[in-house]
Amino acid sequence: MNTTFPHLEVKDLLVKRAGVTVLDIPSLSIEHGDVLGLLGPNGAGKSSLLLALARLLKVERGAILCNGRNTVAGDGAFDYRRSIAMVFQEPLLFDTTVFHNVAAGLKIRHWKGKDIQESVTRALHRFGIARLTGRDARKLSGGEAQRTSLARAFATEPGIILLDEPFSSLDPMTRESLMDDLQSVLRDTKTTAIMATHDRMEALRLSKRLAVMKDGSIVQIGSVDEVMNHPVDEFVASFVGMESILHGVVNKNQEGMMSVSIGDREINTIGYARAGDRVLCCIRPEHVTLSTVHDGEQSSARNTFAARIVKITPMGPFHRIELDCGFYLAAYITGPSLDILALKEGGEIYVSFKATAVHVIPR
Amino acid sequence: MDLILDGIRKAFELIITFDPEVLGITMLSLKVSGIATLISLVIGIFIGTAVALNRFPGRGFIISLINTGMGLPPVVVGLFVTIFLWRSGPFGYLEILYTPTAIVIAQTIIATPIVMGITLAAVQQLPPNLRLQILALGATRLQLLWILAKEARLPLLSAIMAGFGGVISEVGASMMVGGNIKGYSRVLTTATVMETGRGNFDMAIALSIILLLLAFTINAVLTRIQQKRRPR
Amino acid sequence: MVKLKNILFAAAVLAVIFLIMGPAPAPGAKDAPAAQKNLILATTTSTQDSGLLDLLIPTFEKSTGYFVKTIAVGSGQAMAMGAKGEADVLLVHSPEAEVKFMAEGNGINRRLIMHNDFIIVGPPADPAAVKATKTAAAAFKQIAVSRSLFMSRGDNSGTHTKEKAIWRVAGVNAEGQGWYQQTGLGMGQTLNVAAEKKAYTLSDRGTYLAFKKNLGLDILMQGDPVLLNVYHVIEVNQTKFPKVNAKGARAFADFMVSKEIQDIIGKFGVEHFGSALFFPDAGRNPHELGL
Repeated sequence: MNTTFPHLEVKDLLVKRAGVTVLDIPSLSIEHGDVLGLLGPNGAGKSSLLLALARLLKVERGAILCNGRNTVAGDGAFDYRRSIAMVFQEPLLFDTTVFHNVAAGLKIRHWKGKDIQESVTRALHRFGIARLTGRDARKLSGGEAQRTSLARAFATEPGIILLDEPFSSLDPMTRESLMDDLQSVLRDTKTTAIMATHDRMEALRLSKRLAVMKDGSIVQIGSVDEVMNHPVDEFVASFVGMESILHGVVNKNQEGMMSVSIGDREINTIGYARAGDRVLCCIRPEHVTLSTVHDGEQSSARNTFAARIVKITPMGPFHRIELDCGFYLAAYITGPSLDILALKEGGEIYVSFKATAVHVIPR
Repeated sequence: MDLILDGIRKAFELIITFDPEVLGITMLSLKVSGIATLISLVIGIFIGTAVALNRFPGRGFIISLINTGMGLPPVVVGLFVTIFLWRSGPFGYLEILYTPTAIVIAQTIIATPIVMGITLAAVQQLPPNLRLQILALGATRLQLLWILAKEARLPLLSAIMAGFGGVISEVGASMMVGGNIKGYSRVLTTATVMETGRGNFDMAIALSIILLLLAFTINAVLTRIQQKRRPR
Repeated sequence: MVKLKNILFAAAVLAVIFLIMGPAPAPGAKDAPAAQKNLILATTTSTQDSGLLDLLIPTFEKSTGYFVKTIAVGSGQAMAMGAKGEADVLLVHSPEAEVKFMAEGNGINRRLIMHNDFIIVGPPADPAAVKATKTAAAAFKQIAVSRSLFMSRGDNSGTHTKEKAIWRVAGVNAEGQGWYQQTGLGMGQTLNVAAEKKAYTLSDRGTYLAFKKNLGLDILMQGDPVLLNVYHVIEVNQTKFPKVNAKGARAFADFMVSKEIQDIIGKFGVEHFGSALFFPDAGRNPHELGL
């Protein structure tokens, strides 16, 4: 394993389809063992980027290097493609048994029977489907099929694995269990992985780094913490789950403690903007607490407001509360808390959030 | 009705006694149509898959040609092959007019578009990302074609049946390019026409029955293979 | 489980078997002379249907080593093939067309082989009273006048050509008349249609005799010299068509006029039908036949 070059590197990549720019990535670098999550809405170019990295997409211009060596496009690329693996949203299994499906990549590489047997068995165990080895692929459930697809990919012991929304067609429980297995496999094998998803939670769970894409470009890339908590603009902020994005103007800044005017309210934040600067204040719904009483603790480190409940939306294990406290605010609260607080649409409640929970983006 | 019963009786006789002339005619029919079907399979599957998977200028036109070719009148093929194989024709020097080889050529031309068209339809209805998945597994172009053909093997069995069925029952082209020469280029269909023309109806019916039995048996075997793997 | 590779493997094995076995070997081809052993004989369906060639061709092939490809089509097509050099030797019976063929320089050595005759057959009831007439032309006239149903082959065969000639002599324009129907079929099938519809038709004796037992049609007129059906063998002209197998054609023609074969021709059909189907004429003066 070459440690001086990044495992994968993209330089000046431009991909067009029917005259429309689909990918425009000046540079991207992925180290060995990295797990990069690609986050973005539909049409952002996540699938296209994965296909380009797999050398399955025609590029207008640009280079893709693996361990410092240029990869070739087209038919010659099958050498490179044999060192990677790709898993799609649909399992795309072959009309044969689970065993032969998982062995497919190995047969393509002309492995010997004994080696195939070993590797396939190992892959089946990794993904918990050893008992399905002789089953007809058409008779598998969604989760079992996707496990087979993953086993097939890992059986070839790839250096890089590309995953295109592999869990999006599965139900939540299956998704959970599969994510666990994938996580441990990635950890054990230290395979470099790039995974596209539009689910924030998935990205958070499995990735070491995140890249947020929009209209074919990478808008922000960095560690998970960086991207999730310090989005660089409104688009990324909303994508990483900062649901309350408020337009404001800085009133004053005293050694990092800022006061920002949002409409006719004022909130306390921390940051380095100057008075008069226009800013965006982003707050995660998880960081907003609700209370029936004004807890009296009004300090510069805390923002508390009276608010009216505009909308309550159930979202599985929790509820999303949209509030109006002079400005829009979104909060998450658990089911039991909802009952305890006896919240109703139209009702009044107190909201508060810490100054440190506000992420400020200059406009 | 008596005529048909006579025919059935005669067919029975001919089969039981392994009548050498009828045996020869039957074997020749099998050989000629079998070879033609096999060649058309190789060409048809290859081209059908290639057209299904690739985008190229004029693709729509080629697909129309293939679909038209599926319905190509065999006698038209026979006429054109004859013209090409005449002594005065471009391939006259090969001296293969009025030989079983000429029949194989004509039947191959008839069967190939059928196999192409069915393969094309079969491959087109595979999931679009399947091709990408196979390539992502590291397949070469050839391996890709092979794996896709395996995935589409059920419709391909239909293609075999359609191709074979089309040529084993063909008479016009076989007559024209083969010449219906006794013991040499006479096949079941041309022999049937000849016997009918001579008024030997019992013989004609007998040959027809043998032809039907042949076609039925082969198709029964292929159907059984196909239906064992019918998708849920 | 069905594997594609198993299917293709089986197919490949079959293909190899077939190719090794090869198409049926040409009879007599094993000891054929190295040069041009194929001989294309263009003749008529009625000649082939008589069964005479099934007897003569194998004899010829065994003694000379040629492989004869007998292409039996209508007279018109047989001569058209000769006129293009696509056949080597013709065995036909359409004298007018043959003369034209020779005049155009397409053939050499036109030699008389044999004759049979045409007969007028029809329903035993004979509504047109053909039996009472003395010539073929008179018989046809009668059929026209009584508007009795008549089946013509309508395919420019030798039979059809003869039939048209007789209508001409009779001064009847049969084409387009309601009682005159053209089948476009071979002689045997035309006889069947005529029997079915209880119609009159002109047939060669050979085919009639072969079909007789199923038909129910009687011979109502025979013997008129104009009803003679004369067969010639013509070698296609190699000077005009270099690719023609002239040696083979000559060998076949010589064979047909040889005494031995002429004898066989004279005996053909006696056993089966009670009378000979053909009368050997090689070497005779055509005028003797009233031509």
